[in-house]
Amino acid sequence: MSLASRETEEMAVRDVINQTLDEEMERDERVYIQGIDVHGRGGTSNILKGLDEKYGRERVRNTPISEVSIVGSALGAAATGMRPVVEIMYCGFLGVAGDQLLNQVAKMRYMFGGKLDLPLVIRTKNVMGANAAAQHSQALHHWLAAIPGLKVVCTSTPEDTKGLFKAAIRSNDPIMLFEHGGVYNKTGQVPVEDYTFEIGEAAVEREGEDVTVVATQAQLWNALEAAEQLGEEGISVEVVNPRTISPLDTETIAASARKTGRCVVVDDTPLSYGTQSQIAADVSEEAFFDLDFPVQRLGIPDVPTPFSPSLENEILVDTDDIVDAILTLA
Amino acid sequence: MSEQADQRTQPTDEERVEMLETMLRIREFESRMRDNFADAEIPGFLHLYIGQEAMATGVCQVLEDRDYLTSTHRGHGHCIARGLDTARMAAEIYGKETGYCNGKGGSMHIADVEAGMLGANGIVAGGVPIATGAALSSKMRGTDQVAVAFFGDGALSEGAFHESFNQAAIWDLPLIGIVENNQYGEMSGIDEQHPPSTHDDLTIYGEPYGAHREQVDGMDVEAVYDAAARAVERARHGEGPSLVECVGYRFEGHHEGDSEFYRDDGEYEHWKSKDPVETYPERLIDEGVLTADEWAAMQAGVETELDEAIEFARESPMPDPQQAYEGLYADGGDHR
Ligand SMILES: Cc1ncc(C[n+]2csc(CCOP(=O)(O)OP(=O)(O)O)c2C)c(N)n1
Ligand SMILES: [Mg+2]
Repeated sequence: MSLASRETEEMAVRDVINQTLDEEMERDERVYIQGIDVHGRGGTSNILKGLDEKYGRERVRNTPISEVSIVGSALGAAATGMRPVVEIMYCGFLGVAGDQLLNQVAKMRYMFGGKLDLPLVIRTKNVMGANAAAQHSQALHHWLAAIPGLKVVCTSTPEDTKGLFKAAIRSNDPIMLFEHGGVYNKTGQVPVEDYTFEIGEAAVEREGEDVTVVATQAQLWNALEAAEQLGEEGISVEVVNPRTISPLDTETIAASARKTGRCVVVDDTPLSYGTQSQIAADVSEEAFFDLDFPVQRLGIPDVPTPFSPSLENEILVDTDDIVDAILTLA
Repeated sequence: MSEQADQRTQPTDEERVEMLETMLRIREFESRMRDNFADAEIPGFLHLYIGQEAMATGVCQVLEDRDYLTSTHRGHGHCIARGLDTARMAAEIYGKETGYCNGKGGSMHIADVEAGMLGANGIVAGGVPIATGAALSSKMRGTDQVAVAFFGDGALSEGAFHESFNQAAIWDLPLIGIVENNQYGEMSGIDEQHPPSTHDDLTIYGEPYGAHREQVDGMDVEAVYDAAARAVERARHGEGPSLVECVGYRFEGHHEGDSEFYRDDGEYEHWKSKDPVETYPERLIDEGVLTADEWAAMQAGVETELDEAIEFARESPMPDPQQAYEGLYADGGDHR
């Protein structure tokens, strides 16, 4: 995507989240934050640092350790005129709020005949490769994406973080916004102007001719690195960032696969019933006759994340794995 | 205010010395973990029990080997007080094959099911329903085993606590909840997490469930022992659940690396003057239960033990990467 004509600045993902929330809170006083230690510490990974001083305890609200009510009370507030941005520290804690997500947030609007708006953003983070063990280390966007009624977004780059955050906060639907601990410190050019990226639109991050890699979050960065390496060997890799997991932009992804005839999907969810499987199924349906090889999936083998570095490294997908997968198709 | 203890249960002198040694072992273990974490020897993150030693120690001293316990993210103290082997604990924290969970769990998930230790837990209040289930199974199997759930003040805000205590009360289960009130849940004080009506006595949360309630000085191991003894006795005799609040403090940050910006001036010093690992040996020496020489010998013994434990952890091998695929199912089948 060309940034040439626009004024940009170099920023880290973590600072983009902070700045974007700041701008949206300033723009619309119905936007407020609630979560555990969002005030004081600035949320997990200190991402929200400084917003507490600027907006005070009314709009940067520390909750008790009560995920059911952190999510559920935000839903109620969203149904009645506020625009909450909730933080769930680690995505594994979404499990505690299970009913609110599955039966309330996702179904309320539809069950009520489509008659109410629910401008609710639930921020959480995927974590892999931090030796944080099974309950604190997993990616769960596929789990939520399996629930009709939830829109699920994965942020990956400084640029998409700003566009997707703004779109999510301005949306009148509940949005699950998955960040990734592995990209918080990644930097890149971010347009200074106000902009949104449409929920449900993918982006081609790097153009290529020989093979398509569809990748999210930390794996997007690995995929770009793999593309760079293989480019030096004369293999031209196109890298697609889905940005939204549900609804998925099958059109953009399939168009790329049709063009290159080869497709690898990489994501930090477990392989079975993971995001990769959905994308692979969609690509196969849409582009079957233009594919030279079956769609390849890379992800976490179906085990919880083990603690020990030697075990966790075994199950992680890294740049070399992506390079190898591409080479098997060449 | 909590129900008053009508009769005090006094530990024997032998038990008092044992409790001192347990507290010292926890303190020394945790101090080594802190230092070695700072030296980047330990992967992941670490929540230490330093300051809270009297809580786990007093409670576990009154338990029988056949009893159960569940723990928290801050679980090393519970494991040591339960009598788990410090070498295998250290190995787990270092991610080694010789650890209690073969390196799968780490600091937040140490468990020894054979010892009735049903696991540290990374989910706040996650262990409370599990302890309730152990209490239920004891009752259904007709044993007199009791189950202790350790959890923090912060966990009282989770539905899991309330649902468990309601169920335990209706079914008269031998469940003992130990609220470790260390003044904070992460960086937020009690006043930010609980209504004013509870601040003086968090056991009030057990009142509607009819739980037997006691609040004790969590820096005084004998006060903890006393309250725990009564709660355990009741549970063993089918008199239902108890909720015991241990009021104390943690001297380390919430996790290692925490900036501790939230502490008030003088707060640390106030609690430090009650440090059980400082005050209890003085008391036992004053009362003639222990000589200064015996105390020195105890310190030397614990130091040697822990030096060996750390050495064991350091020298143990990392698990073979293929073990990542083992242990998921009882049939030992392939992971997919
Ligand atoms: C369900 C859930 N929510 C949030 C967290 C993050 N977290 C870890 S420890 C902690 C504070 C717990 O406070 P408390 O129960 O008082 O225990 P303490 O850390 O003080 O020992 C929080 C919020 C978590 N681990 N699990
Ligand atoms: Mg606490």
